[in-house]
This record gives sequence, structure tokens and C-alpha cells, in this order.
Amino acid sequence: MWRYLIPVLLFAGLVAFFARGLQLDPSYVPSPLIGKPIPEFTLPTLADPNVSLSDRDLRGELSLLNVWATWCVGCRQEHGYLVELAAQSGLPIYGLNWKDDTDAARRWLQQLGDPYRVTAVDADGRIAIDFGVYGAPETFLVDADGTILFKHLSPLTAEVWQREFLPRIAQAAGQ
Amino acid sequence: MKLWLMVLLGLLASTAAGIDINDDFDDPALQERYRAIINETRCLVCQNQTIADSNAGLAVDLRREIRAMLESGASDQQIVDFLVGRYGDFVLYRPPLKRTTWLLWASPVVFLLIGLAVVGVTLMRRSKQPIELDGDEWAPLSFSPSPSTFSTWRLYCCRFGAARD
Amino acid sequence: MIPELGQFALVLAVGLCLIQGVLPLWGAAVRNADWVAVARPAAAGQFVFVAIAFAILMQAFLSNDFSVAYVARNSNTALPTMYKVAAVWGAHEGSLLLWSLVLAGWTVAVAVGSRGLPEIFAARVLGVLGLISAGILLFTVATSNPFERLPVPPLDGNDLNPLLQDPALAIHPPMLYIGYVGFAVAFAFAVAALLAGRLDREWARWTRPWTTWAWMFLTMGIALGSWWAYYELGWGGWWFWDPVENASFMPWLLGTALIHSLAVTEKRGLFKSWTLLLAIGTFSLSLLGTFLVRSGVLVSVHAFAADPARGVFILMLLGSITGTALVLYAVRARNMVAEGGFHAVSREVALLLNNVFLVGATAAVLFGTLYPLFLDALGAGKISVGPPFFEIVFLIPMLPLLFLLGLGMHTAWRTMQATTLLRMVRIPALVAVLVGLIVPWLWFDRLSVLSAVGIVSGCWVVAASLRDPIALWRSQRRLPRGQWGMIVAHCGLGLFVLGVTVTSAYNIEIDESIRPGESLEIGSYELGFRGLRNVEGPNYRAVEGEFELRRDGTLVTVLAPQKRVYNVQTSPMTEASIDSAWSRDVFVALGDSLGDGAWSVRLQYKPMIRFIWFGALVMALGGLLATTDRRYRNATAPKPSPATDTLEDAA
Repeated sequence: MWRYLIPVLLFAGLVAFFARGLQLDPSYVPSPLIGKPIPEFTLPTLADPNVSLSDRDLRGELSLLNVWATWCVGCRQEHGYLVELAAQSGLPIYGLNWKDDTDAARRWLQQLGDPYRVTAVDADGRIAIDFGVYGAPETFLVDADGTILFKHLSPLTAEVWQREFLPRIAQAAGQ
Repeated sequence: MKLWLMVLLGLLASTAAGIDINDDFDDPALQERYRAIINETRCLVCQNQTIADSNAGLAVDLRREIRAMLESGASDQQIVDFLVGRYGDFVLYRPPLKRTTWLLWASPVVFLLIGLAVVGVTLMRRSKQPIELDGDEWAPLSFSPSPSTFSTWRLYCCRFGAARD
Repeated sequence: MIPELGQFALVLAVGLCLIQGVLPLWGAAVRNADWVAVARPAAAGQFVFVAIAFAILMQAFLSNDFSVAYVARNSNTALPTMYKVAAVWGAHEGSLLLWSLVLAGWTVAVAVGSRGLPEIFAARVLGVLGLISAGILLFTVATSNPFERLPVPPLDGNDLNPLLQDPALAIHPPMLYIGYVGFAVAFAFAVAALLAGRLDREWARWTRPWTTWAWMFLTMGIALGSWWAYYELGWGGWWFWDPVENASFMPWLLGTALIHSLAVTEKRGLFKSWTLLLAIGTFSLSLLGTFLVRSGVLVSVHAFAADPARGVFILMLLGSITGTALVLYAVRARNMVAEGGFHAVSREVALLLNNVFLVGATAAVLFGTLYPLFLDALGAGKISVGPPFFEIVFLIPMLPLLFLLGLGMHTAWRTMQATTLLRMVRIPALVAVLVGLIVPWLWFDRLSVLSAVGIVSGCWVVAASLRDPIALWRSQRRLPRGQWGMIVAHCGLGLFVLGVTVTSAYNIEIDESIRPGESLEIGSYELGFRGLRNVEGPNYRAVEGEFELRRDGTLVTVLAPQKRVYNVQTSPMTEASIDSAWSRDVFVALGDSLGDGAWSVRLQYKPMIRFIWFGALVMALGGLLATTDRRYRNATAPKPSPATDTLEDAA
């Protein structure tokens, strides 16, 4: 009788879902901000607290926004690549220094090189919340009209750059 | 036990309790809403804690934002929209009711209705069949210490209950 | 050299398990008595080798052998001896070995306890258990070898995770595993019945005590884990509906349904195929839990995903064990339909409804736990399903279940007059409503609808359970122990429900900053902060606060919560201090230093929270009473003429 087949069929479906689930990362949370304009902000810059950076400064050309802090291990890992990237690609990289000690941040840039066109200081983490930041380093790709195209969580590497960023940059340039 | 296996993994960034001492609102109703919201918001840093329980920097910041929003008169829905707009539905421990979740919310009732339908069908079929009387509960097997059967004992209880009225 | 012997013992155990699995099953199929006779010696042999491996791993911990990678990761010379023992199952590899040891222990228990059963039937049960053991041991040897060596041993180990350095947590995993691994026995009985192609009431009588034993241990294991989470994590919660918790709770729910369904199969020979399905399902949920916990498909346990091979292996194991059983079920279960009628008001229907609600609750928890995975796999977004969902959803089947429980206990088999039933429960119902409404009103002077419903339900279950003992006590009659088991377990459930409701409705939680000399009020208590001192533990340093708990000016006790920093894994740990009594707990946890001598503290007043764990303990006690009923001893004692299956009997 067919009804005795129901349990094994349900179970087979479950196993199929699990097999698929094993290939996914359950803790990865995609950003709802993709395809939306960058949040408005005005923040003092690291170089000179009297000068400010705002979201309008990011509009006009394709750019990267990198969230970093000196207490973040992953940021140190990716920093060398960021310096290299800034020199090679010519793409402007903006820094968002997240909940950090500004003196330590300045020293870090002096010692390790400064890949950023400008670094904004988000001392209390309020703007990072607007960006949906939850773990540094995070890198946003922002197009010329200020729309967020992509967000990468975890340190940036040449491989990630090739795989995730370059195709999107090419696509944005093509339009 | 929640945690012992999780803990095996070193997943808990901070194992000290997050104690939020700044949650005094002048208005107890606001206080109540504040606690309700932070207890249902998932912390994205230590993903198995609410922002009420977490000591992570982000949890502290979010608690501060939510407190500020409540004090400036935001509604619960506005706060939920604020969180979801930034982190997605993942932050809500109470899944929002929408196209992809109505099945989830309906599931307990659906399961019960299926079950009760099965009971109904079984009962209709079984109550027509003869009730045979040679089951072993008539034998002393299940009542070894006492010669009385379960059923007579039940009858006794019924009478006992009746006698008390 | 010695750790390699452990590994060798594991490999030998795999071999013996395969022999224990294949030969007796084959022998049972072709009626070869010699092969059938292999089952018991092979079972004993594999137990011995798994035990040797386990002992060697424990010895490696006790002798600080940091050349073993697992020991180096989870122990330290300064770790107290008791926790070195507990550290054996403190992480993935060792806990998997514990899993195998527990299963081997159950197998030997079945080998000894099944002497009264027909040889062929016992051989099939042991054969199935052997195959399961072989799978788990293969998994251990292939992906999670606890004896792996480090090329360069570190000078000292990385220490056991501080959260696990706790007495309750040391015994929690063994209890839990004895419980949910124990359902393998019911599973093996079910598969053996399917292989034989028949099932009778004797079968249910053999299966019942094994199932109840496993259920009893699982009940205690879950309660211990919950108790630990309450006092150790420093949050004061006792259940979080985390996927890992649900993984152990689902087998418990379905196991409870199985116990009730087995009662019908034993007494009336009904629900046969349904009982088989529940027996298969319960152990499958245990395996599913193992998969969820160790594969990383859900957020709760993400870090295990470091090795995807483990997830794939255990999914294949789950698929082959449960899949085979369910295919067998699909083929054979149709022959096991029992005929026999019953009336709408009867114990059969009461237990059928019990099963509907328990299975419904299990399905809802399972669906909620896996729903984020379903959505993610379909690319439909990421969501979280947490406590607010489960708390609502769980009540939907539970409230009618509690209501029916009080009625169901008093129903008779086959048929009964509804009026008789109602007359029997009239007084308990009245007591429940009066006590449930008046006492909270007087005691707490406020009452919400939900808490009223909860308290009345709890009182109703207790009062309905006590009705028969009171009636019998007055008439000087005696009940068989199995009946007492049911009454006690149901009472325990009622106490649990009361504890849960009162705690969640009337708990008070205060997070505040406090300086030495100041005091805080909570409920009718006053907590004075005297000061702080430094404490030196064996492998940690701590700051200890000294708090005087007073009521109406009289000193109740001095509470000493600590904030610990362990020497090796330097993350700070909160050690709450709790003054507990039947009626309430007062809970203090020390947070952070805020400067100027001020500290943040969390204060909680938790009325009747002890009822939660006490209720679970009483439930487990009910299980113990039920399993030791003499009719089960009779059932498994050696008998001259086996009832189900003999060597001459063609299946």
C-alpha cells in the first residue's frame, strides 16, 4: 500500500536538503543593502578631524569602502593586499575606521602604508550600523551613482578580487 | 546543553554574560518594550546569542541605538524595519510573516490537523469493528501482586468517586 | 606506542562489529544456527575493544600525554583530575568515542538481557546494533581519530574549555548519550520485527523496558544540561531552543510518544505498524541530532564544518541506517496491520491522541529547526527561527495534550462511559481550577491569561495523577509498579509545567551597577554589596563579590558570584551565585568593573524554578518505576518455549 511509502519518501527529501545544506555556509548573512544607495553619513577624517567625509564624496566614480580597525586580525591580513590594490587598480579606496583608537589607527597607516584616499572615523560605530557592518574587515563596492554593488566579508585577497570584484566592476563599466 | 557542543567549537566569542546596566527608562512601558526587542534580536557576531545576552561590541552598539530610537518615540515596527534594513531577516529570532515563511507559521496547525484527521478516520473504522475481549489486561499478568483486574479496580474507583457525592 | 594500541583496538572493534552485524543477520535469514550463535560473543568482544580504546584515551588525559593531538587541544597539566576525565568527551573526537562506548554498552546489555528471547530474534537485534556500531566506529576511525599524534608535542595543553569545567557538565554528556543512543535498542527491535515479518504483543513487552530505560536517561541528561546552562552561562535562562538543544529534545518527544504507543501494542496488539515507525523515527532523530550537531549545516554548530568530510560521512550513515529501515518498513509494514475495535471513549483513543500531539510537537520543532536550512537551500533568503517562534508553536499541541492527559489516565481499555470518566475527574478538575487561580492571585497578586492557563494545567495534571493513589490509599489497595511509574511520571510533568509557568510569568530581572556599601532590592529581598576579593583557583584567577542577601532585615545568606579568567584560555567567565529554595532562586552574576569601584551585576528572582528540574527528575523516577515492574522481569527471563520465532519456524 502506498501509504507505507510516505515515511521513506519524506526522509529521502530531507536527505536531499541536507546534502545541499552541507555545501552552504549557514552563518553567512547576505547584506540587504546590495542594490541600494549607500547610507547617508558625515564623519571626521582620520588625517584631520576638522575635515569631514560624507556619502556624497563617494559619488561620481566607482569606489571601494573598506571597514577596518587596528584591533581586527583580518584587517592586518588584508592590509598588504589593499596597499597593492590601491597602487595597481587606481580605484579609489575609502576607509571606515570602526570603533578604534584614532592614534593607533594613524600609527598603523604610517607603519603599514596607507591605501586609502580618505579614512573616515566612526568612533561610536553608529555609521557602521547603517552599513550593516557586523565583522571587520568588510569591503563594499560602490558604483558612480552611490549604489552598493557588492559586499565582501572577511579579508580581501587577490583571488577574491578576481572572482567577485572584477566581473562586477566590468559589468558596471559596461553600462 | 545548548551550549556545550557549541562551546566545543569555541563559537562563543565572549562567555561572560552581557549585563546591560544602562537600560533604565523613566517609563516602565518603554523599559518593557526595550527588553522585549533586545531579547528577540539575534547578535550577528556571536550568532547564538541575543543582543541582550551578548557582550560583543556590536550588541552594545545596537542596544544603544534601540534605546535612543525608543526614547525618541519610534514604534516597535520602525525599530524592526531599522534592523532588517541593515542586517536582513536573519536578525529577527521571531521570523516575520511573509511569502517565504507562512508555511513555517502554519506548520504546527497543519501537522495537528493532519494528525486529528488520521485519528478521525481510524476511529470511524475501528469503532465499527468488534471489540474482542481476550486481551491480556484481563489476565493477572499486569497486576501480579493483586488478583483483582484492572477493570474491576477501575469500577471500584468509579464507585468510590460516586460514593463521595 | 600506547595511543596506537587504542587506535588498533578501534579497528579491531570495527571488524567485530561487522561480524556481529553480518553473520547473525545472514544466519537468521538462512537458518544457520552457528552463525546466529556468533552474535553474543562478537558483541562482548566489540565492547571490550571499544572500552580498551576509551580507557587508553582516558589514560592519555590522566598522564598528560600531549603528543596526542586531542589531549593537547583539550587538557592542561593544571586541569583538576575530575575534569581531565570529563575532557575525554569534551570535544568532537572523544565524544564520538563515548557515543560508541555507550552503544557498545547497550549492545552488551541486550546480549545479556535477551537470553529469554527467541535466538533468531535476539540475533537479529544484535546484528542491527552491530551494523550501527560499525558505522559509527568507521566514522570515528576515518574522520575523527582521537589518537592522532602531533609531530612535535607541546609543553603544555590548550586546556579544556572553561565552560565545560563544571561537575554537572561532566556527567551531562554521558547521561544524554545513554539516553538517545539507547533508542538504538528500540530501533533494532523494530527492524528485527520487520525482518521477521511479524510482530505480536510479546514483542512490545520486550521492547518497552529498553525504551523506557533510554527515555529515563535522556530525561535526566536534558535536565542536567538545562540546569547547567542556567547557572553556568550567567544569563539565568534554562532553555534556549537552540538547534543543538532541539536535537536532543526531538528524540525525547518522539520517544515519549513511542512509550505510549508501545503500551497500546502490548495491551491490545494494536497500532503495530505505527509503533514500528515511531521506534525507527526516534532513533533516527537521535542520529539526525548527531548529524546536525557535527556537520555544521545549522548555525549553532558552524565550526564543525571545518571538515566537510565529516558532514558527508555522517549524512551517508544517517541515510543508510534510517533509509534501510524505512524501505524495509515500506515493504513489510502492510503485513502488520492489526484488527480490533475500540470505542471513542477508551484508553486506545486517549493514547492515539497523545501520539498525535506529541508527534505534532516533534514535527513542529523539527520543521522550525530545519526551516532556515530549507530556505537557504532553495535560495529564498536567510532567516532565524528562535525562541519566540518555538514558544508559541510548542504550546499549540502541548495545551490540549495536558488537558487530555488528566482524562486519558482514567480511561479504560476498549470502551468506557463518558459520564463515568467525567465523574472520576470532577474533583481533580475543581481542585486544579481553584488552586490554579487563587494561589497565584494571593501569592503574586497578578495573573495573566497565559499564566493562569499554565498554572491550571500544571495543577490539573498533578491532581489528576494523584486521584488514583488517594483513592487506593483510602481503600488499602495496592497498585502494580508499572502503574506507579505512570502516575509518578505524570506528576513530574505537572510539576515541570508549574515550574515553567510560574518562573516565566513572575521572574524579576534587574541589571544594575552597584558599589561596595550599596544595596539593591529585588522582590521582598535586599542585596547588599560588601566588597570584592581576589581568589586563586587551580587553573584560574577570579574576582569574587560578596553580597549579603537579606529579607526583612534578617540575613538569609551570603552570595559570592565570581568573574573568572582561566590561565590558558583567557576569556572571562561568569560564575553566578545562587541561593536556592523550593519556592524561589535568587541569582546574582557579576558583570564588569565600571571604574570607581562600581560593578555591573545581574540580579534575578526566579520563583519555583527548581520545579523545572525537580519535575524532570520525578519524570525520570516514574520511568525507573515502570521499567522495574515485575512483568518485564518475567518477560525477559529465560523461557522454555519462545513465542515468536524459532529456528524451525520459517519466516
